Amino acid sequence: MQLVDTVMSLLSLATMGASDAALAGGAASAHQLGAEPTKMGPLALLIPLLPLLSVVLITLCAVFKVKSKLPAWITVASLATAFGVTVSVWQQVSATPGAHVSFGYEWISFSWGNGVGQSFAGNFSLYIDQLTCYWMLFVTGLGALIALYASEYMSHDVGPGYNRFFTAFSLFVFSMACLVMGDNLLMLFLGWEGVGLCSYLLIGYFYQKPVAVDAAKKAFVVNRIGDLGLLMGLLTTFAVFGTIEYKEIFKAISTGYTSSGIALQGHWSGIVIPALLTAGAFGKSAQLFFYVWLPDAMEGPTPVSALIHAATMVTAGVYLIARMFPLYTVDPNLLVLSGVAWAGAITAFWAATIAMAQFDIKRIMGYSTISQLGFMFAGLGVLTTTGATFHVLTHAFFKATLFLCCGAVMHGFAGQLDLRKLSGVMWMKGWGIVGVAMLIGCLNLAGFAFTAGFFSKDMILAQAFVTPDTKIIGSSLVGWLLLLTALLTAYYTFRVFFRVFVGPVQYEPGDEHHGADDHGHGHGDHGHGHGAAHAPAHDKGHGHGHDGHGHGHGGEFHPHAPGWAINFVLAVLAVASIAAAGLYFVNKDEHGWAGHMMARSSAKFVAPGEHHGDHAAAGHTAPTDEKVADAAHASAGEKSAKDEELGTFLGQDPHKVMYYVSGVLGLIGIGVAFLLHKQGRTQAATSPLAEKMLKAPIFGTLAPHAQRKWYVDEIYNFLIRVPLLVLGHIFHIIDKLFVDGLVNLAGAVPVFTGHSLRSSQSGVMHRYAAGMAVGVGLVLLLAVLVMI
Amino acid sequence: MNPMDLAVSSAEGAGMLGGMPAFAGATLMHYLVVSAAMFVIGLIGFLTRRNLIVMFLCTELMFQAAGIALIAFGRFHMNHSGESFVIFVLTVAAAEAALALALVVLLFRRKETLDGTAWKELKG
Repeated sequence: MQLVDTVMSLLSLATMGASDAALAGGAASAHQLGAEPTKMGPLALLIPLLPLLSVVLITLCAVFKVKSKLPAWITVASLATAFGVTVSVWQQVSATPGAHVSFGYEWISFSWGNGVGQSFAGNFSLYIDQLTCYWMLFVTGLGALIALYASEYMSHDVGPGYNRFFTAFSLFVFSMACLVMGDNLLMLFLGWEGVGLCSYLLIGYFYQKPVAVDAAKKAFVVNRIGDLGLLMGLLTTFAVFGTIEYKEIFKAISTGYTSSGIALQGHWSGIVIPALLTAGAFGKSAQLFFYVWLPDAMEGPTPVSALIHAATMVTAGVYLIARMFPLYTVDPNLLVLSGVAWAGAITAFWAATIAMAQFDIKRIMGYSTISQLGFMFAGLGVLTTTGATFHVLTHAFFKATLFLCCGAVMHGFAGQLDLRKLSGVMWMKGWGIVGVAMLIGCLNLAGFAFTAGFFSKDMILAQAFVTPDTKIIGSSLVGWLLLLTALLTAYYTFRVFFRVFVGPVQYEPGDEHHGADDHGHGHGDHGHGHGAAHAPAHDKGHGHGHDGHGHGHGGEFHPHAPGWAINFVLAVLAVASIAAAGLYFVNKDEHGWAGHMMARSSAKFVAPGEHHGDHAAAGHTAPTDEKVADAAHASAGEKSAKDEELGTFLGQDPHKVMYYVSGVLGLIGIGVAFLLHKQGRTQAATSPLAEKMLKAPIFGTLAPHAQRKWYVDEIYNFLIRVPLLVLGHIFHIIDKLFVDGLVNLAGAVPVFTGHSLRSSQSGVMHRYAAGMAVGVGLVLLLAVLVMI
Repeated sequence: MNPMDLAVSSAEGAGMLGGMPAFAGATLMHYLVVSAAMFVIGLIGFLTRRNLIVMFLCTELMFQAAGIALIAFGRFHMNHSGESFVIFVLTVAAAEAALALALVVLLFRRKETLDGTAWKELKG
């Protein structure tokens, strides 16, 4: 009944939502940790439910064996609607201060006593504050765009594969919505596992290819290790706080005492819970030693790499830490956050060094994602949730652009991804939009001055120097490491651009099995309608080679320029990547739009000890508001540092100097890439200066090892896989000898008994009769003896 | 009833039927001894002979021994339950004899012999 009511009210609200949103507006007051969340209508429930509806519809498509692009349109429509709903919900949330809770239904609820902490509740409800809206805006928006891109990209698989792809795609957005919007850690965990599953399904999309299957398994297994940390963090949270609902946890933190009266100040849980949650975040976001799954995940179709493995799912770790940020600041020494900062910086640097030497452009983007995620974690670690989340947003746009450009290249050149075999793509007919979008993406990633990526990266870099080393251990060292990484980033990004997109026009088609996505265009009936329209490079007199196995094998190869869907999405994303820079100037007094949003959510940084204090007795009123008003011009992260001595960058104010420093570093990186990979290059395969560099003493010896990814996979193989294999063999022997031995012994007893009794079964009738007579005689004798 | 009482002559014993003594001059024990002797002879014959037909006849012998004991007891108790039971047994025995002989014929056709030891297929 409850469910029916919910659906009914959903329908009515879907129509009223727009007018509500129109009424909304006005000044939103700042977030107040621990304040009772406002109750909200079920409109927000539409955001997870729309993708779920899409899953159901596409499953029906699969059942009725639909062989058209219908699944793609269902996905695009549902995600675009979800985006609209998100905007409307965001307007509503902005109108009233604080967090909102939208109740769905009672999912899990039981108690084993009447005392405090003797009940457990995990409802299917949504916790909506500005952080939630911030995340869902780009998840649904990018989801809709990338689904549109995929409608063309996956067109060679129309049929069962197409249905499978879009089911998993929609299911992913549903899971992501649960992860981001849930009002308790259990919902987050549900979404967390859900996105993991969808990631597994989509990496292994080409399940006939052993490489893809292995990559999917690797991603799944590595993620499970991190998930164990998350699960333990969830359970520890329940053990300490007696609840897993955000509002209750935040209330406890704001008062300093849990509902069962444990004082949080100096309590062990202040370190243990964040550390466990961080393990989960590292697994999902490919940080530190968990990163190995992400490069292999590039075996999945490119839209998946763009949405899941660049823009949304891998940022779930950042979301987790931003959401639970109050918990991270309970510990006065901020030890876990120091660890997060260092882990992020080291990962960023490490992945960047590997990216410099790879030849597969999609792999390079994969490593650069790891590296940029490292930037975000370092940002969280040095106490700028604003910088970290702003970087999440800008990165989501420009990295999606970059991936989708690589995907377009892969789609057009029969799976070719080797940067030594492609050159001058931008100058080919029909590839202009791809080239320009790629350039914009590269400029953003390289941190070229006044791009969105430049501003967001800058925020993190500057804050690393501003935050005093006494607060976050080695914060300025983290900053230096990130600066160095920024230089490397600019180099490897433009290495791709200068090698593949400009220079002499040369290409060599892929072998279709290489790098995954491309099964050869056209399985006989694949019409290539748009191919002819948009790619004049096709010579119609040639008969195209689109029959049978398509490009590449024998005959002439013609690159197949992208159609309208791909071009449209790339153009939108490229514009969005540029426009994202504007968000830095909105709400300038709060350090940009991201800062504005974060200051109104749980991701707002409040120095340890300030959560509670005099206002604990006075309820949740004035003091917090005053503080926020006081610090309204400071970023969420900066605020804490204000009272203390701020760090400097070589004696200068980091916020002012960093623009110049990182801008110049970006230019140097691009310049080096230009010299090595553009200057004097006349063919796709080699570049004269780069060849020379490879013969140079230090660089030349390091490069091949970096190309082998510093042998991390081999080391893991040796340290983890081989010992486990040996252990497995040992257990196998124990199993065979001991366990099987016992079982066989149990079996041997009846066998032996039967064997010894066997001779009595002579088969001769007289013997049986004699046995019977003797038996009856004995019974009679016994009876007589008893009677006497 | 004490088993020793069975030796008592029926004239002075329990039952009278229509004014006549149950056993004219003989006691229940005489009948039971005859029955037991018949049964043992049948059993020994069954165990020692190999010919299927003879073995079958031996089982009939044991059968009738049991019948005699039943009738004797019925007479001893002065009722007809023993006799009526034996009537049924005889009917069944007649049917069974037909069946058994048919089986013997079939078995003979298989192996061209009436030796019961020729059939050892159930040896373990």
